[in-house]
Amino acid sequence: MWLARIRVMLKKGVLDPQGKAVLGALQTQGYKRVQEVRVGKYLEVRLHSMGRIEAEAEVEEMCRRLLSNPVIEEFSFELDELPESAER
Amino acid sequence: MSVKPEATQQRQEAISQHQDPARRRDATRRREPTSRQIREEGLWRAMGLRDEEYRQIVEILGREPNYTELGMYAVLWSEHCAYKHTRPLFKLFPTSGPRILQGPGENAGVVDIGDGQAVVFKVESHNHPSAVEPYQGAATGVGGIVRDIFTMGARPVAVLDSLRFGSLEDPRVRYLFSGVVSGISGYGNCLGLPTVGGEAYFDDCYAQNPLVNVMCVGLAKQDEIALASAKGVGNPVMVVGATTGRDGIHGATFASVELNERSEEKRPSVQVGDPFTEKLLIEACLEAIRSGAVVGIQDMGAAGLTSSASEMAGRAGSGIEMDIALVPRREEGMTPYEMMLSESQERMLVVPQKGREEELMAIFARWGLQAVVVGRVTDDGLLRVTENGEVVAEVPARSLTTDGAPVYRPEARRPAYLDELWAFDWRKLPEPEGPEALGAALLTLLAAPTIASKEWVYRQYDYMVQTNTVAGPGSDAAVLRVRGPGNGKGAVKGISLTIDSNGRYCYLDPFTGGRIAVAEAARNLVCTGAEPLAVTDGLNFGNPEKPEIYWQLTRAVEGIASACRELGTPVVGGNASLYNETNGEAIYPTPVIGMVGLLADVERRCTSAFGREGDRIVLLGPVGEELGGSEYLKQVHGIVAGRPPALDLDMEKRVQKLCLAAIHRGLLRSAHDCAEGGLAVALAESCIGGNIGATVRLPYRERADAALFGESQSRILVSVAPENLDELRQLAGGYAVPVLPLGEVGGAGLRVELARIEPEGRIEPEGQTGPGTIYLPLEAMVQNWRESIARYMKK
Amino acid sequence: MKFAIVVFPGSNCDRDCFYAARDVIGQEAEFVWHTHRDLSGFDCVILPGGFSYGDYLRSGAIARFAPVMTEVERFARAGGPVLGICNGFQILLEAGLLPGAMLRNRDLQFRCEETFIRVETSRTPFTGLCREGQVLKVPIAHGEGNYFIDEAGLKDLEANRQIVFRYTDASGRVTPESNPNGSVSNIAGICNRQGNVVGLMPHPERSCEGMLGSADGRVIFESVVADLAGRGVARAANALMDRQTIHQVEKAAGGASGCR
Repeated sequence: MWLARIRVMLKKGVLDPQGKAVLGALQTQGYKRVQEVRVGKYLEVRLHSMGRIEAEAEVEEMCRRLLSNPVIEEFSFELDELPESAER
Repeated sequence: MSVKPEATQQRQEAISQHQDPARRRDATRRREPTSRQIREEGLWRAMGLRDEEYRQIVEILGREPNYTELGMYAVLWSEHCAYKHTRPLFKLFPTSGPRILQGPGENAGVVDIGDGQAVVFKVESHNHPSAVEPYQGAATGVGGIVRDIFTMGARPVAVLDSLRFGSLEDPRVRYLFSGVVSGISGYGNCLGLPTVGGEAYFDDCYAQNPLVNVMCVGLAKQDEIALASAKGVGNPVMVVGATTGRDGIHGATFASVELNERSEEKRPSVQVGDPFTEKLLIEACLEAIRSGAVVGIQDMGAAGLTSSASEMAGRAGSGIEMDIALVPRREEGMTPYEMMLSESQERMLVVPQKGREEELMAIFARWGLQAVVVGRVTDDGLLRVTENGEVVAEVPARSLTTDGAPVYRPEARRPAYLDELWAFDWRKLPEPEGPEALGAALLTLLAAPTIASKEWVYRQYDYMVQTNTVAGPGSDAAVLRVRGPGNGKGAVKGISLTIDSNGRYCYLDPFTGGRIAVAEAARNLVCTGAEPLAVTDGLNFGNPEKPEIYWQLTRAVEGIASACRELGTPVVGGNASLYNETNGEAIYPTPVIGMVGLLADVERRCTSAFGREGDRIVLLGPVGEELGGSEYLKQVHGIVAGRPPALDLDMEKRVQKLCLAAIHRGLLRSAHDCAEGGLAVALAESCIGGNIGATVRLPYRERADAALFGESQSRILVSVAPENLDELRQLAGGYAVPVLPLGEVGGAGLRVELARIEPEGRIEPEGQTGPGTIYLPLEAMVQNWRESIARYMKK
Repeated sequence: MKFAIVVFPGSNCDRDCFYAARDVIGQEAEFVWHTHRDLSGFDCVILPGGFSYGDYLRSGAIARFAPVMTEVERFARAGGPVLGICNGFQILLEAGLLPGAMLRNRDLQFRCEETFIRVETSRTPFTGLCREGQVLKVPIAHGEGNYFIDEAGLKDLEANRQIVFRYTDASGRVTPESNPNGSVSNIAGICNRQGNVVGLMPHPERSCEGMLGSADGRVIFESVVADLAGRGVARAANALMDRQTIHQVEKAAGGASGCR
């Protein structure tokens, strides 16, 4: 069993209005040293057992096709092997 | 599902003997208190039940309840579900009339609008959840009331919201306000349901306890109205829609206690809404109802399975038996107690005709929804809950419903504060000196969030989807075109919708305040050209166990009932939200009135905006100078006191009839209700709406500020083409309604010449004005009014 | 002619588009379920607004994988007119039938209001009856309509005359104040290179009747009706002309596509 922890972030250079709003809120609450905030998505995907290379390829593909929009977003992920007992 | 009768018999015996070892073992296995522990430790108290209520339950059951049963009673006998303090008062409302197809008692009221069509509507509150988690609280509030409408077989066509918050100066209030607005927006927009109107008032008394009342309106064919009744012994019982999780357990009990500092800890009680699933539910349920296979259908609102099952059985006089092991769940290890009390959203209980389950399952599956048979209708009047065949709760269904719940008529006592407030005499206040000060007061009022434009709110709502919104938010009342028979040939019908209340009036005099709420709602509809038809009420009050609060409640209901009777608008349903208190401080008594009216021809409608230069401006109704309870007193003098404006319902009726007749004859270019801020604000709003100025001469007897800003009732500000003025006067004569020509439309600002009426009744000749002439450029008024709320929200 | 109105789970302007096409414009219209795999018999496809799949993940991201989208792609590739309105536009972007992507509105709030949009090109089947520079009053209602495309992409759009509508003021001037959501270059709607696939955020189906505040949106539906009528004529004449030539022929003939 694999657990993919996927992060999807807006590409650098794409305006992130949510990030800007959170930055403003933090600063008004006195966190003056905060310089930048970017808001993204975090997803957890569990996959049935397969080889690591296969699993990586599959996660990579689902990120490209569905989980992120390559026009505005970029993604990264980590893949951890879980004990089989976690299998549902 | 089949249960052998003898097996049932045995289990029944087992369940009635609380000493039974098997049963005790069962409770221990679930780590739930046993009946004995409940008795010895008085566990019902923590659930919000009184000692005598526990005794009543034991009496009903003929034994002690187990933990699950106790929880079921605790929630359904909460004020939120059982209306223990308000039920006797509801009897005061007129509930029938020639157009009323369904009064209170079902999920929503139904009113005949001709051509085989009906309008279905109801208001509901979600105050406590919104105070704790504003986005989800408001969103699930919308979800719940929308389900009440489409379960009646009606397609939801509009939402209106009545909101009350503290001062926008307070950052936490701004957080609550913006969260609630986004919640309504997020949920309603996703459903494709236009939010077409509403109101928002701001007052410190709502700072900790905001009010979020949502009204939903649907349209149905009269022969497709569905009812929430579990008829037909042997018919299956199905659970449809979302899965059941642990969310919202005891939400109804939560809504029936006062808030305090620890309320935020109750966050798990707040449910999370899924508007996408709700949208699918709407389409699937309407399709299912149209198929004719549905006998009864009900939303699982507060107390989920327990309330829907007991109410559906209660209405039909039948029983329901269901196995909760069959109910699709989201979390593992849920106990019967949790299953029966879960308030997971977007679920329905459906009773199909026996043999047509598969057909319904197919409809729901097409919409990606689960529909599962979990039980059947029985004839023994019991709600019997099993888990894998083993009985875990068994109570008379009707005893759980409002018919079975206790009723309280606590002591009512007129609050002492009224003597002091009524003794207040506004005539002793210093008067703003000169036209500049009065002009500045008008600008202050225009910028007061209660009066200012609510554009910041409603531009977040999709108010145009469904393409029937003829007059949207910002109007006196919304107007929707009604498609259907008659389209293409002859006139197209319309319905007009409004929601209204003034808590301050009710605080100062609940009887008059209640009457005014009804009169003003009707007046709003009339200003669009609609004939008022029926009412739904949302009663928001403090703790009814306090005599002063119960007095407020009683008097307000009496006021509403008398006005509804007088104006011919029966109450077809509603909601009561009590215990709106924080740390012992109650909100203003706030009965919210939602009203629906009918336009026979939607083209014959009227707006509040001045239309054309040279049109005559006329006041229909009495000239009044009353400042008690006014927004002016609060905003300019910082005073909440006096008596609210008097209301003469006979005059009110005649003014409304006159206005309607004038609109139907095509005499009026605009009609606008004089409400908060009085005649001056009404004039300013009609100018802003039409983007044109006006010049008027305003006579007054005692004080100019009272004539400008007093909120005397039964007044409608209209504009007419000069050639129609005489006909309007004649018409008014027939209704014995005073008509006061004030001036005319035109120019780039609002000019108000103040003219004192001499004691002998002679108005000062022109030019010899007392305090002089107020002049405000359109731009200044627009600036104060339009962006005020947005300015606060940017803070 | 016959409109296909595609219904995804969560579409909520499907009925409005159907009403506009059938009852207002007077053409045939039919709902097409998202699992359907056949668009034969239809002359124009509309992807309506709403919240397909709740807009979960990203607006339009899940709907683009619906079975019907394969057919929509095929229909578009064959030159059939496809109109994506609001959520429909977002789906076309996600499906790659139109370039660019949508971000949340600049002020992070859902916005419902009247907007003015200027017709930038009359070369598409949905703007054939418009005068270039014509201003239409059409409302918006969206939370994610902030159109994004990188600079190179924007240059391409401009070079290929793919910008169909821009937000302007009432007199047709492109101003920062008239941009309701922060879209690049005030873009309200675009088309593909061929011009037959058009997406826009404003809702023309909501402005087809004066009673609702504006009838300016009708011209978008009427254009495609006229365009298809013209195509029928062209086909009959077995003439191999591109749409622009047809358009010019019609103009010369003083036919249905006269300026409004």
